[in-house]
Formats: sequence, structure tokens, C-alpha cells
Amino acid sequence: MPDDAAQPEPAAQPEPPAPGESQPDQVLAVDRLEVRFGDRAVLDGVSFIVRAGELTGLIGSNGAGKTTLLRSILGLQVPGSGTITVAPGVRGHGASIGYVPQKIALDPDLPVRARDLVALGIDGHRLGIPLPSRSRRAMVDEVLASVGATAFADARVGHLSGGEQQRVLIAHALVRQPRLLLLDEPLANLDLRSEFEVVQLLDQLTRDRSIAVLISAHDMNPLLPVMDRIVYLAEGRAVSGTTDEVVRTEVLSELYGQHVDVIRVHDRILVAAGGGHDSGPSPDEPGVWTIGEH
Amino acid sequence: MFSGFMVTTWVVATVVAVVAGVVGFFVVARGSAFAAHALPLGAFSGAAAAALAGVSTLVGLVGFSVLGAVGISRLSHRARRDVATALVLVVLLGLGALFLSMTSEYAPEIYSLLFGEVIGVSTSSITPIAVLGAICVVMVAVAWRPLLLSSISPELGEVAGVSSGRMELWFLLVLAAVTAMALPVVGALLVFSLMVGPPAAARSFTSKPHVALAGSVLVAVVTVWAAIAVSYQTNWPVGFFVGIIGAGAYFVGRSWSWWVQTGRSGWRLRRGAALRDGRPRTASLRGAPAPR
Amino acid sequence: MHAAFGWLVEPGFFSSAPVRTAALVGGVAAVVSGIVGAFTVMRGQSFAGHALADVSAAGGSAAFLIGISPLLGFVGMAGLAAGGMEAVGVERARGRDLATGIVLGAGLGLAALLLYFDSTSTSTTGAAISVLFGSMFAIAPSIIPWAAGLSALVALAVLLAYRPLLLSSLDPDLAAVRGVRVRVFETLHLLALAAAVALSALTIGAILSTALLVGPGAAALRVARRPGWSLVWAAGIGLGCTWLGILLAYDSYDWPPGHRGWPVSFFIVALVFVAYVAGGIFHRVRRDRRDHRDRRGTSARQAHATAGSA
Repeated sequence: MPDDAAQPEPAAQPEPPAPGESQPDQVLAVDRLEVRFGDRAVLDGVSFIVRAGELTGLIGSNGAGKTTLLRSILGLQVPGSGTITVAPGVRGHGASIGYVPQKIALDPDLPVRARDLVALGIDGHRLGIPLPSRSRRAMVDEVLASVGATAFADARVGHLSGGEQQRVLIAHALVRQPRLLLLDEPLANLDLRSEFEVVQLLDQLTRDRSIAVLISAHDMNPLLPVMDRIVYLAEGRAVSGTTDEVVRTEVLSELYGQHVDVIRVHDRILVAAGGGHDSGPSPDEPGVWTIGEH
Repeated sequence: MFSGFMVTTWVVATVVAVVAGVVGFFVVARGSAFAAHALPLGAFSGAAAAALAGVSTLVGLVGFSVLGAVGISRLSHRARRDVATALVLVVLLGLGALFLSMTSEYAPEIYSLLFGEVIGVSTSSITPIAVLGAICVVMVAVAWRPLLLSSISPELGEVAGVSSGRMELWFLLVLAAVTAMALPVVGALLVFSLMVGPPAAARSFTSKPHVALAGSVLVAVVTVWAAIAVSYQTNWPVGFFVGIIGAGAYFVGRSWSWWVQTGRSGWRLRRGAALRDGRPRTASLRGAPAPR
Repeated sequence: MHAAFGWLVEPGFFSSAPVRTAALVGGVAAVVSGIVGAFTVMRGQSFAGHALADVSAAGGSAAFLIGISPLLGFVGMAGLAAGGMEAVGVERARGRDLATGIVLGAGLGLAALLLYFDSTSTSTTGAAISVLFGSMFAIAPSIIPWAAGLSALVALAVLLAYRPLLLSSLDPDLAAVRGVRVRVFETLHLLALAAAVALSALTIGAILSTALLVGPGAAALRVARRPGWSLVWAAGIGLGCTWLGILLAYDSYDWPPGHRGWPVSFFIVALVFVAYVAGGIFHRVRRDRRDHRDRRGTSARQAHATAGSA
């Protein structure tokens, strides 16, 4: 077992502000969130902040609790303890949070167009018959253009490809101009080209609209070019900060409770479960293994 | 064909067709054809119970179809939807068997409740049918948006604050109302034909939801009119024509979709090939740049 | 011994010929329905099972009224409907509910026509009742060998095809990757289903055929730990409910109000439902006990681990 005293201090992560004290552009604050299923703690004291205009990656393997965390933020999951604070919407009645689920199964024959689904994002919860409204149509057209979905706005939702459906779901979530956008594994079912395009789109939306974007993924590599901060989730706990601060051998080893190696190959990062013995970090850059060193 | 007692028939049948077309839009969108078949059969047992208890048939119909709707909704929490529907169906029918065995004056009505006797329906039934029909349409209109969203994706509905369980129960109650209304007219075994064939056909021809709804009503009305007209001439049962025309409309719709789809996918293949032939759009496809 | 049984079994039960026929034919139908039904529930095809029962029962009895042998009418009609369903594509998850509904609607329309062709109104009504609810104590003994033979055939086919059928029921994509011809087994399932429900509908009515198809199968899938055992459980539950239901129906002959006995279909359906609920409770109790045991094991392991690293 490695000698604890010899290990360097893990990079300091920014303290979440005390409840009641919030920074001006802070949109989401999760503080010591705990969610238990029966006797099992899926989330055991998770804390982090997401700010407007920043794209944050929620990284963790399958089963780490990413979906539980997102559902808790949405209010669909009741936490055992801890707080979640979301800044109120831009307009008084606007929605604070937009949510893009993973790919949804749709009947190809369903007589609903992409633009109809997006329109339901505006008022899908309201009772009564909707009257045709030019302003609503303009809102829908605008958001469809901003995600690059105008070409297939009139196609059936069940006929859309994976990438096209992703854009429509993003438009559905954005149409009420939320301050926070949550995406659950948006890249999981996409081919490489679509993956790249969606990542670029999300980056652009984050900057243009100054929204806070939280993307969950099990592989951080496609997000590396655009990710401002990372929340790394493992064993029910999380470490947050910039990629360089968080994705380091000693930080993740402490998080996992066992030795893991962080390997950088060209511009990719690989987190590998430890093989057993620990040969120590490279002398040049503590905390990072470089292939070809020994 | 259009004189005297037949007027009632045309009026009642049209009302039933309009309501069936409206509700059928969601039956097809939600994949609830089994429930649309099961509730009328369950309601049929209610008529037997009513005869036993000495109350009006309509009370029994409404009571048992609501019971069935609530039963399916509750059981769906524990079991898959099709298993829940099957179990509720057989339990209600089992009770119906029991009630039928206890009352002997009921037998002659069975055929008409199963297969319908729309030709010769009495004037007095117009009012309750119209009222129930209006209730159905209002229930759908009021919940149009949340029901549509929940039908497309229950998950997106939940996120918007629309409980999928509550929408399912609401929809099943609407089905119960249609059932009670249409049973005496087209019969237990065929009311659902009107709720399945016409909407399935309509949605093949349009991708806009409100147009599909209107189309569903149109096809249902035309189906019923044609069925009554031909039945009047041949004396063959109305239900036969409803079933056959409904199936025919479905196949026409399916063929149309297939024809359009083959055309469009050909176009898509050509468009995709053009993109692949060109150079990649950005250099980043070779590898992601360094993280910030 | 006699005294112990006396309160449960009315006199003459074991010696009554209609009872023996009912127990034989009903038992055989229950076993086959249970076995096929386990797969049907796995595939989510309960609607198809019920639809086939309705169409075969209504159409077959009407055909019988015209003058064909009843078994031929029922099974033939069911086979026709199954073929229609396969052609329309009912086994594919997408659109299956709709396809089943269309075939059912057309089939029942056809049945309405056939029933109309029979001119006597009383037998029309009688046919409708026996179509739905069956007439278990009035089964002709000549049917027994046919029923037994058909059931044996279906059961044999299902058991021979057990592994690929199971795989394609649980995960069609995985099965296709393994080289299983998924379409073939879809057809096989539909044909077995058609035979099972036609047999049941002819003898015990369309309701019961659905009840014995779905109820024991669904209960078995909750209770059994391994898929092979679910077939055994399904057949066993179906058989038990059928025999107990027959017994209760026989006993009820003197019960109020009509002193004609309560219908056997009511008893069997009620028992199947009770079995299903019991299966659900058993499943939940077993799951809670397993969670409790796992929790204790986890905390023991954690205590061991922290002790070891100190």
C-alpha cells in the first residue's frame, strides 16, 4: 500500500460557497448532495458549482450516479440530504432548466414533426387548446435555426437520424431560454461526425446564450476541446475543477479509493484501473504518466 | 335509406365516429389498441351486472369500463402494460360470466352488445350518447398538449411536470367514456375497430398532429357511413363492413407510407454519398486539440 | 380420509364423466397454454394471444354452425389469423399493437358475417355465449384424443425449439447475431400460440384461453429463477387453477342464487388472478430478503476492509 505521507497534496478544488452566499453568474450550486437507494449511497456528499457561460462535463462510468444526479437537479429524485440551488429563470415565468435526455425511442409513423415537438417545449404542460400564434412559431423557428435543424424541421420526429434527433431535443430544451441546460450522455449513440458537430454546437450555444451547460458522459475525450470545468464522479463522490486540476493520478486514486493511472496519449486522456504496484509519478509532471517513459 | 328511423341511425353513428376518430388518434399514438379492445369487453360484463342489479344498462357500462380503466392503470405500476390489460380483461369477463349465469332474461341482448345494432337504434339514446361523446371530446381537448407530449415521450413529459401515470389514467378514462357511449351502437367487439383503423390510415398521409386528428375523424365518419349504406342494401352486419373498411384504410395508408419512404430514402442515400465524397469539413477530424 | 375430503369434494365428483372430460381436456389445454404463454408474455404478445383467441373462437364457432368440424374451424381460423398477423408484421415491436388490432377487427367483422349467415337467432346467441365463456362440462368426449394430440404436438415443438425460442424472445438482436433465424421463430411462436388458444377457446372459451395463457406465464416469470423453471411453473399453475376451478364449479351446483352452479370460467379466472398476485408478493418478499442479506454482507466486507488497511 502506498505511504500516505509521501503522496503530494491533491490539487485544491474550489470551495463551494456557503449556502446563501452566491456568486453573480452562478447558476447551479450542489452542496453535499446525498442520495440513497435502500442502504446504498449512490451519491455520498457531492458538491460543485456551474456558472453561466461555462460548459461543464459530468464525467463518470456507467452506474456512477450521473443520471441520478441529473434527475435530482431536475427535481425528479428526492435527495436524502444536501441542497441543490438553481438560479431563477431569465423571465419571471421562464423555465430555469432545460433537459436533453439520451436518445428516445420514437415511432416512425407518429404524425408529429420536429417543430411540433419543439413547440411542445414551450407550452407542453398547459391545459386547453392552443391557438395558432405567430410569436410561438417565431420562437420555434429561431431556436431551430440556432441548432441547425431548419432543414428537417418539418420531418417526422420518428424519421430523424441520431444526430438530427439530438439537435431537435436540444431545441426543445432551449426554446424557453433556460439558464441551465442539462444533457444526459448526448454523445453516446452518435457516429464520430455527429459527435463532433454536437460538441461544437453545444460550445457555441454556451457562449452565444451565456447559459450554464452540464453534460454527462462516460468518456471525457470528445468534450476535452470545449469543456471549461469537469465534475468527476466515482464511488458516490465527486471532484470538480479544471481538467488539469482534477484528472490526475493522485486525485483520482484518492477518489476511487484504489490506485488508478491517468495516461495522456497525444491529446487524449485515459483513466486506467491500477495494475497493483505503484512505481511513482514521472519526475517532470507529478501526477501524469507519459507513455514511453520506461 | 334516409327517411324516418334511419335518421337517428345516421346521427348516432356520425357522433360515434367523430368521437372514435378523436380518441383513436391517441389510441394509435400510445399503442393502446389492446386497452381499446379490453375496456368494451369489460363494459359488456357491466351490462350483465346492471341487469342483475336491476339498474339501467348505461350505469353498468360506465361503471365497469371505469373500473377497467382504473384497474389497468393501477396494475400497470406493477406489471407490463399488456399483461395488466389482459389480466383486467379476463377478471372482468370472468365476473361477467358469473353474472350472466345468475340472470336469465339477459340473453337476447348479448348479440347486439357484442356486435352492435346501429340500424334501428332508438331516438331516446341520442341524448346520452351525445352527452358522453361531448365529455370525451372535452376531456381530450383540455389535455391535448400534455397528453400529446406524454404520448411522444413520457420522459420529456415528466421533465415538463406532466406525470405520465396521470396522463395514462386520464386517457384510459376517456377510453372508458367512449366505450360506454359506443357499445350499444357498434358493439363491444367492434367499437375499437373505429379507433384503430381510421387513425392508423390518417397518420400515413400527414405529419402534422392536428391534421392527423382531423383526418382520423374524417376517415372514421366515412367508414361508418359507407358501412351503414352497404349494410342497409345487403342486410349484412354493419360490423363486418367497419372491420373490413378499417383494415383496408390501414393498408392503403401503409402502402402510401412505404411508397413515400422508398422515394425519400433514395434521396437520402444520394445526399449522404455527396457529403462523403467531399473532403472532411474541418481538420479537427484528425484528432482533438489540446484541452483548455 | 373420506371425511377429510368430504367437505371439499362433493359426492360423485370423481365418478362423473363430464368432470373427467373437463379435467382431461382442460388440463391439457392449461399445460400447453402455460408453456406457450410463458414465451408470449416474454415477447410482450399478450394482445396477439387474446386476439387469436377471439378470432378463432368467434370465426370457428360460426364456421361450425355452417357445418365444418369444430376443431378444424377453430384451429383453421386461428392459423389464418396468425398468418395474417405474421404477414402484417405483428412480432416486430414497432407497430405490433396496431397490426394486432387491425387483424382482430377484420377477423371479428368476418365472424359477425358468418354468425349472421346462420339464420336461427337462438343459436346465434348461444354461439356467442359459448364462444366467449366456453362450456367446459359439455365437451364431447370424442374431442379428447384430438385435443391431447394437438397439445402434445405443440408442447413438443416448443420444447425442441426451447433454446433459440428463448433467446429470440429475450433479445432478438442478440439471437440474430448468434445465427438464430429470428423470423422463423416468430412464425413458430405465432403458430404455437394459434394452436394453443384455438384448443383452449374451443373447449373452455375465449376468455379462459387468454387467462390461462397470460396469467400463469406472468406469475411464473416472477417466481422462477431460471427460464426453464418458468415453463414448469406456468404449466403447473395453469393446471392447478384449472383442476381446482373445476372442483369448485362442481361443488357450487347447489349454491345460490340459481342452483345451477357457478360458471367454471369464473372460478378458474379468479384462481389465476390470485396466483398472479401471490406470485407478485412472493417475488417482492424474496427480493427484500435478498437485499437485506446483501446489505449485511456489504457492511461485513467494509468492516473487514478497513480493519485490514489499518
